[in-house]
Amino acid sequence: MYAARNRLLWGFIMLALGMAPANSWAKAMPDSISLDALAQLYEKVKFNHAKHIRLVRDCAECHHHTTGTLTADANCVRCHKNSGATAVVACRGCHSAQTFSAEALREKGKNIYHMDKLSLKGAYHQNCMGCHAKAGGPTGCQECHALKKAGEAFYNTGRFAPKHAAMNGKHGGE
Amino acid sequence: MKRRDFLKSCILCGAAGALGVSGKAWGAGSFEGYPEGMGVLVDLTRCVGCRTCEAACNKEQKLPEPDVPFTDQSVFEEKRRPTERAYTVVNRFEPKREEGPVYRKVQCNHCNEPACLTSCFVNAYTKTKEGAVVYNPKVCVGCRNCMVACPFNVPGYSYSSAFNPVVKKCIFCYDTRLKFGRPPACVEACPQEVLTFGHRKDLLKIAHERIRETPDRYVDHVYGEKEVGGTSWLYLSGVQFDRVGFDTTLGNEPIISNVKEFLGTVPMVLSIWPALFTGFHLLSNRKQDHSDHGDSHSDQEDPKP
Repeated sequence: MYAARNRLLWGFIMLALGMAPANSWAKAMPDSISLDALAQLYEKVKFNHAKHIRLVRDCAECHHHTTGTLTADANCVRCHKNSGATAVVACRGCHSAQTFSAEALREKGKNIYHMDKLSLKGAYHQNCMGCHAKAGGPTGCQECHALKKAGEAFYNTGRFAPKHAAMNGKHGGE
Repeated sequence: MKRRDFLKSCILCGAAGALGVSGKAWGAGSFEGYPEGMGVLVDLTRCVGCRTCEAACNKEQKLPEPDVPFTDQSVFEEKRRPTERAYTVVNRFEPKREEGPVYRKVQCNHCNEPACLTSCFVNAYTKTKEGAVVYNPKVCVGCRNCMVACPFNVPGYSYSSAFNPVVKKCIFCYDTRLKFGRPPACVEACPQEVLTFGHRKDLLKIAHERIRETPDRYVDHVYGEKEVGGTSWLYLSGVQFDRVGFDTTLGNEPIISNVKEFLGTVPMVLSIWPALFTGFHLLSNRKQDHSDHGDSHSDQEDPKP
């Protein structure tokens, strides 16, 4: 009389096990990513990863060769001719946010081949805007991240814009 | 008297020789920067003219409010230069219309052998071992010699001050950042990583490597590598440098070379010439005395007029 209960129990266990791989696979390729390294000045960027996968198709366009696609760039092929996928594919896995601190400079100096690696901010902007400029995506600063109040103060714009245009700025030393 | 005069002139010449010839005086142009000297590599192919660097400098150095917001692009209609209110500015150039504008950041280049430092007679400037060329506004007398001397026309001047005008320029964020090993505000703020901070020696390697990896993108020259004895701020460009506001006629000799050889001879000249010309004078006079007195042995007699 426990057979039915046991079968149900096993059924549930199998279902749970079956769903697990699908979950972890979905996590590996997020649909939407929040980029907030410049949180003080700008709002978060709501990056639509799913849309870019649809439009770009080739992971290597943005992720270089880290997803397993072989690279064609002559400068990379020298060493990465047969490089497979890496454990970490996210941009911040290789591109650090603080690339000019004294420790970071010391680290950079050790690896002469990637000595010129961009910081995270530089990598985002160059990779993203480089393609957007050619393919017709957003290229303006605020098209991807709106200015916060601190940002408006930083740029002396918006509610912090200069009130008087001081003699067209041609007075004396300016 | 002949022997004494001879000995005196020997001693004078020896002293003059020791003073005049100094090894250091002739070493102009051979300073390649302090070993820990930092620098910044400016890659003009990446700049999009967003002016975030100008905003960052303004906030970091507590400069006055600008006339227009830093997001305003209309400022590019005129070429600007650094002033007391803006230690760095970005200018726009359109050398090849079909390839779009090129933007160029202007600021102090922190030369290895700065002309401003050379020209300052109150020693207000210092070249620090981190590579920054900084100045002490309290020592500055406001003569503006450094503005004349700088081959890049960088130092600004506080014309707005009636009683204490001094020179004002980029200091590589020395007081607030470089001293502690941190990059300057403009470098940290740039979204496109136009500015790369590091040791000058490493930056030269990086610059040449960039040219080597993408030769179609860059002109094969790193501006500032050798110009006027080398600068800490180096530039890479996709178009010829003279088309984007750089002076390509400067040569590799530091500005100090224009005066160092000349000024180095002054001690020697001031010692040798009096001795030499006194010698000539004595020689010519002595012949006169002998002929006047004939074979008289007394030289206490007054010479006949």
